[in-house]
Amino acid sequence: MTDLTKLTLADARDGLAKGDYTSVELTEAHLKSMDAHRNLNAYITETPEKAMEMAKASDAKRAKGEAGKMEGLPIAVKDLFCTEGVQTTAASHILEGFKPEYESTVTTNLFGNGAVMLGKANLDEFAMGSSNTSSYYGNVVNPWKDKSGKDLVPGGSSGGSAAAVAANMALAATGTDTGGSIRQPASYCGIVGLKPTYGRCSRWGIVAFASSLDQAGPMTKTVRDAAIMLGSMAGHDAKDSTSAPIGVPDFEAALTGDIRGMKIGIPKEYRVDGMPEEISKLWDDGVAMLRDAGAEVVDVTLPHTKYALGTYYIVAPAEASSNLARYDGLRYGQRVMDEGDSLDDMYMKSRAAGFGKEVQRRIMIGTYVLSAGYYDAYYNKALKVRRRIYQDFEGAFGQVDAILTPTAPSAAFAIGDNEGDPVKMYLNDVFTVPASLAGLPGLSVPTGLSSEGLPLGLQLIGKPFDEETVLRVGGVLESAANFTAKPAGQEG
Amino acid sequence: MSSLDKETVRRIAYLSRINVSEEGLSELAGDLTRILDFVEELQEVDVEGCEPLTSVADLTLPLRKDEVTDGNIQQKVLSNAPMTDAGCFVVPKVVE
Repeated sequence: MTDLTKLTLADARDGLAKGDYTSVELTEAHLKSMDAHRNLNAYITETPEKAMEMAKASDAKRAKGEAGKMEGLPIAVKDLFCTEGVQTTAASHILEGFKPEYESTVTTNLFGNGAVMLGKANLDEFAMGSSNTSSYYGNVVNPWKDKSGKDLVPGGSSGGSAAAVAANMALAATGTDTGGSIRQPASYCGIVGLKPTYGRCSRWGIVAFASSLDQAGPMTKTVRDAAIMLGSMAGHDAKDSTSAPIGVPDFEAALTGDIRGMKIGIPKEYRVDGMPEEISKLWDDGVAMLRDAGAEVVDVTLPHTKYALGTYYIVAPAEASSNLARYDGLRYGQRVMDEGDSLDDMYMKSRAAGFGKEVQRRIMIGTYVLSAGYYDAYYNKALKVRRRIYQDFEGAFGQVDAILTPTAPSAAFAIGDNEGDPVKMYLNDVFTVPASLAGLPGLSVPTGLSSEGLPLGLQLIGKPFDEETVLRVGGVLESAANFTAKPAGQEG
Repeated sequence: MSSLDKETVRRIAYLSRINVSEEGLSELAGDLTRILDFVEELQEVDVEGCEPLTSVADLTLPLRKDEVTDGNIQQKVLSNAPMTDAGCFVVPKVVE
């Protein structure tokens, strides 16, 4: 019998429809895989009982002829999505034990379409990081190894989601992306990750980091799987005022495989100084694949690219400092106080004990750039540069249908590397942050291996709400690259 | 412009309501200065006549009817509170 954990989401969907196996069988196979790979620490909370209940209910629903678009498909949910009655931590100590009384809109949509939840995936604390080393619940280990065999980071912040999919511990996973948190771990783990347009998926019930940037999206084994899952996650939601009041297209239908005559932009500013030869080659190879498929390759310019990281590291911490003010030790989460403490004492002790180092740094940077006397010099200035970056993309999209870039400047690095200096860690997001600031959809597709045998991804950036083009071009790139490598033990 | 001293970090930490030890203040002063140095390059960008971009969502905030849509969920509201009493959140004494 086929190993059910090695199926794609699309294959599993079709197999369930044909009656080749049940959701209970699919779910059991994945729970077993989770047991076997617990060393990767991809999940913070496993929910095997809930998974089996959901699988049984799904099989019953299917028997009645009521199958939804994700019917019976077991997935991992990033532990940033509030799930009713199931601990939701955001990988922070401050939310340890927090059991939401409500369900996020995205998970409500997925479960309404029949998806089965296996557990809550690990991440960087409050989704702040690029290595999944800031989780209070421990590092996630990338299922891929380099030649030395040491433990590598899965990327971040959706590192647990990426590792779970790469190690076949879930058919697919939800992620969230603020500056690259879906796309960069997808690249590091050799899977597909799609950050939709800002507003495509509701943010309601997702623990907030930077509200003008946060966006949920699918992390999957194939481009088709991403199209299927996005269709189930997306949609207008009155509970999120920035949710776009537009319909959800049939994303899977966009995968025609035909990109003849399409214009693909190559931004010269992304060819940064010191770009490793293998990243440069990966990019050139991708350009050649799209050209061979009949696309026209056009040079474009995004002149403010070099200022994107600086802009991001003002805007995101500023929003975080406001969003995280809610963790006050009163209404939910950890409280630390001693006899006779004032309200301020309690706030300060609870937040010092509850937040990790990187989160504290970002709250304080955000507080500083928003404080009297610095607001205009930093925050307002950054918002103006953000508009320049947005305008760069508007200009480029006047000429092209999509833009092709590398996803990340390197392959996965060893756990512990890039730690001492916060800024060095930030540089991992250099190619993903610009599209985040402009709110544009970005898709990472694995297309090659590094000299160390690690996966590398290319990123496609599209126009607002044109995920269909991004997916169509991504599908062509995927077929041409024919990336079939798997981490050791997951072959076949 | 942006080298932070320990006293400034102490003030930021208080504004952020995060307790930081004396040695923590020195370490943070270094880290935060490093981050501010990194973002310093934005100062060279010409933003003359450029409006701040606060959100890419191209919509005016929608209005909804001002009406009660839920309620009677006191237990749910309080269920994750560290300390409650008689259906209320308990806070430290704030009035002397």
